[in-house]
Amino acid sequence: MSSADAGAGAAAVAGADPVREGLLEALAAELGPALVGSELRAGRDLCVRVERGAWGPLAEYLRSGLGFVYFGFLSAIDWLPSPFGRDMDSQVDNALDPPEPKDPGPMQTGAAGGDTRFQLLARVNDPAGRRSLTAKADLPDDDLRAASWTPVYSGADWHEREAWEMFGIDFDGHPGLRHIYLPSEFEGNPLRKDYPLLARRVKPWPGIVDMELMPGEGPGASTGSDGAEAP
Amino acid sequence: MTAAPPAAGEQLRYIAGQAADARVNLEIETEGMTLNIGPQHPATHGTLRIVAKLDGEQVIAAEPVMGYMHRGYEKLAEVRTYPQVTTLINRIDWLGSFANEVPFILAAEQLMEVEAPLRAQWIRTALFELSRIANVTLFLGDMAVQVGAITPVFFAFRDREHVLNQIEAATGGRFHPNFDRIGGLKDDLPAGWAAETKQALKKIRNFCDQIEELVEGNEIFQARTRGIGVIPAKVGLGYGLSGANIRASGVDWDLRRDAPCGLVHDQLDWRVWTHPDGDSFARFWVRLQETREATRMVDQLLDGLPPGPIMAKVPRIIKVPAGEAYVETENPLGIMGYYVVSKGDLAPFRVKIRSASFSNVSITPWLLKGVYVPDIITILGSLYFILGDIDR
Repeated sequence: MSSADAGAGAAAVAGADPVREGLLEALAAELGPALVGSELRAGRDLCVRVERGAWGPLAEYLRSGLGFVYFGFLSAIDWLPSPFGRDMDSQVDNALDPPEPKDPGPMQTGAAGGDTRFQLLARVNDPAGRRSLTAKADLPDDDLRAASWTPVYSGADWHEREAWEMFGIDFDGHPGLRHIYLPSEFEGNPLRKDYPLLARRVKPWPGIVDMELMPGEGPGASTGSDGAEAP
Repeated sequence: MTAAPPAAGEQLRYIAGQAADARVNLEIETEGMTLNIGPQHPATHGTLRIVAKLDGEQVIAAEPVMGYMHRGYEKLAEVRTYPQVTTLINRIDWLGSFANEVPFILAAEQLMEVEAPLRAQWIRTALFELSRIANVTLFLGDMAVQVGAITPVFFAFRDREHVLNQIEAATGGRFHPNFDRIGGLKDDLPAGWAAETKQALKKIRNFCDQIEELVEGNEIFQARTRGIGVIPAKVGLGYGLSGANIRASGVDWDLRRDAPCGLVHDQLDWRVWTHPDGDSFARFWVRLQETREATRMVDQLLDGLPPGPIMAKVPRIIKVPAGEAYVETENPLGIMGYYVVSKGDLAPFRVKIRSASFSNVSITPWLLKGVYVPDIITILGSLYFILGDIDR
């Protein structure tokens, strides 16, 4: 649904960004129906979403066909709304007084749309042409795997290890998926939305009320604790 | 006369052959050895551990082990409001902290469709470049330590102080300014700051000259860095190397010039330095030139500082509209970018931090293969990473 919105947005600014539009056309011609979504923010960024099966060929084409020889990063997004909601910002002690479970609301995906919870996210650059591109691919919840980019971009090695560790995504053809930051006996995937931030569960965070005055705002608007400036 | 002695060429070939055999254990059966360098080692600038499999003095395989400083900023950012995130990300590259804030703030501004006033953009760029000077100055001194020269690093600490004092005078923080705001800056510059900064820049230029005289031409330094740790441009690009590391491999690519985004580098007179060699020396040399170039940039920024407000109109409670933005800038260590996903909330939904050192160090298994143990130190030094920037 959001991909249709994105398509309409791209059409509205047609002609404003010939470089990225040309790029999108080339990708559409190469990938055909495997290109399932795109978002073009004129003058800023181009984001394309491909089917999972086209993830490997996409890297190949970007590097060999379009000159995107520079590997930026590879990661993932978990679109699940946090089941912990705003509890993370609460003033109460969550450990002593556990909050009631909340309805997290429907899942919404962002640029270039998406249908599944997990989405791969990668960025490549073309230093000579001074172009860059964001690529995405949806992964089905019951089969979190995609083709590895390591045969195309050597730098993807560590980034895929990180995505494997933080999100639990497998990469076919990766030379060795193992922990990169966390100890080897660590269980769980910390960047998943349903993985609680334990520091917040045991200790309340008072930072949410820490509001700073904007320059130019007088002391009359102040709610500071000192009260010295109060009229 | 007996049989003629072997020709000089043949003799050399024989010696080379012997040496090669010895290296791969054909002559003497030696056992491989695994050497742990770090986690606490002066050459790793923090807690990076390198597990090196050695054969004699030669590295067969090297594998960096990270995570000793992993703080989980991407997770933490999801439960903090946008203004609070800058406090965290200050601590990614702690030698050039202000530069960390800039791409994140720019990404948030892009989502909010806010633009900082011109004066704020100029001051931002000046502080951005001062961060670069503070950061790279230390590298210039430190690189000499890697080959055994102690003095230059004291010069580096001494002269970096002048720049840190200026950053502190303007922002209130020596290492963690936390000065950048969505829509502008926290404060205007204090009176007399520009003149003092110009004095500091003069001292930095003197420092660069000193380093050039002391280190760059030094015979030992050259012997230890020239032709060592050569990274071909093609390999470096594939690994995502950035900053001076990739420019030292002859890639003429600098985001400050090629993709200006919110900063005003495009209005200054400066040049991008590259070096064709791709070795440790080239990386040192490019950084030395870039430090000088940065002092020139700040000089121009101070001269042309436009008057006006330093803060755009932004709501007091910042809710960033739903959307996604990615902004990357040419930070002291290389390309740093933030992919910010917002759902219209007080806190970002997801922040992907693309830090320069993580990609820069990912080349080490490839780069260290076949080098000798002492060269590990100079190569790591010349790649120049900050542990906080690897682990995040």
